[in-house]
Amino acid sequence: MEGILNIILLGGMAVTAIAIAKMRNLFVVTMLSGIYSLLSAGIFVLLDAVDVAFTEAAVGAGITTVLFLSTLILVGREAKPRQFRMQAILPFLLVLAVGAGLIFASLDPNMPRFGDPNSPANQRLAPEFLADSVPQVGNEAPTRVGIPNIVTTTLASYRGYDTLGEVVVIFTAGIAVLILLGAARRRREDEELEGPETGAKPEPPKEDSRMADASKEAPGS
Amino acid sequence: MTDLIIGLYNYWIVIILMMVGFYIVMSRQNLVKSLIGLNIFQTSVFILYITLGKVTGGTAPILEKGIKLYSNPLPHVLILTAIVVGVSTTALGLALVVRIKEAYGTIEENEINRMDNES
Amino acid sequence: MRNHLVLRVIAKLLIPFILVFALYVQFHGDYGPGGGFQAGVIFAVAFILYALIYGLENARRVMPPTWLRAGTALGVLIYAGTGIATMFLGGKFLDYSRLAHDASHGQHYGIIAVEFGVGLTVASVMVTIFFVFAGRQRLTDEDPDEENGA
Repeated sequence: MEGILNIILLGGMAVTAIAIAKMRNLFVVTMLSGIYSLLSAGIFVLLDAVDVAFTEAAVGAGITTVLFLSTLILVGREAKPRQFRMQAILPFLLVLAVGAGLIFASLDPNMPRFGDPNSPANQRLAPEFLADSVPQVGNEAPTRVGIPNIVTTTLASYRGYDTLGEVVVIFTAGIAVLILLGAARRRREDEELEGPETGAKPEPPKEDSRMADASKEAPGS
Repeated sequence: MTDLIIGLYNYWIVIILMMVGFYIVMSRQNLVKSLIGLNIFQTSVFILYITLGKVTGGTAPILEKGIKLYSNPLPHVLILTAIVVGVSTTALGLALVVRIKEAYGTIEENEINRMDNES
Repeated sequence: MRNHLVLRVIAKLLIPFILVFALYVQFHGDYGPGGGFQAGVIFAVAFILYALIYGLENARRVMPPTWLRAGTALGVLIYAGTGIATMFLGGKFLDYSRLAHDASHGQHYGIIAVEFGVGLTVASVMVTIFFVFAGRQRLTDEDPDEENGA
């Protein structure tokens, strides 16, 4: 049963991805990528990665779609068709060659099969983490960490440095978006909008004063 | 033969998804679409990792009495953080796209290249 | 979207539950699926929904951008501060076992603190990003109106 669901969901993902590649209406593309994320969340549940599925459903299908939509309002929703056929054919041939090479490589007899408990990925570290977290037989007191969700344990404790780095990356990306889009608002009003804009300037509407407030201490304003 | 197909099916789909994303990025078109292509590429890598961590007959790695076999939690942790980092970098990319639109008036890659070459 | 009665009522009903669910995911992450990353995103979704339905100005009034920026930095600070605290207690950086007499309890406290930091940063960054994008959009949307009015 799980195997069949796995095959159907993955097949659905491949179809959605190809549809995304062919579509030119960016609104449709965005919606399809939301579906794509939801399908991948389903696959993560099937493959026992409940935490990952949770995140993918909230982030991929939720926030990413909203962000893409709010970008589309700013940049327009129709992609122009290509001018030269060559631009489509050359990458296609390259992709075909690379894909064929990778599939050939996957036929290697040493490639771990799906769900193989003895695959190299399952040999190191994870058994130690599990042994650390699982209560010993006859001794109900948990060892070392004592938190049932091993993903949380690994995330925050064993790989704490890694997670700290990830949080700093998110922090940096947030600040960078703020610098790129949040701060230049004043300058844009002054420089790019010509003529009629000056008429509106002396009496800015109520929200504008709050917006100015928000970008006051930003650099470059 | 069926064994081979079921054992390697996930990898093949991962390769297909990866190549579709790669193609969208390479075939130089709309910048928003390129970002979606990058997302597809990214998700294919996520699926590869999670597939490697799956153990047949195992359950989700949340401890419960009476269960001995769990899937590998390590790939889950790596991918969990990667998804959230992925959305923040996507947002950064979209912010750049918005600025490019404001500076060039277009987000088609070849038009931007042409403008750069002309000036 | 501000004149859709159904949307307004449903959103008002849903948002408290989304927030409570986010807190549940945050603090129950030790026992079930969940944790700081997911909780932060869900928490942010509540505010994004509010901004979508009731407009950006109202959302900014509920969650001022200054707070958001403070939250962004504070989350990282809590995470790193937990590490520094364990160093002061004689351990290594992020060695939570020092936080309590019992190593296991110390680990638990440390993980809760660190996950809270993660959740705070993720939620603040997500809401900030959305506000910034939506703010741009409002400006370009309203410009023609202003020009016509002037």
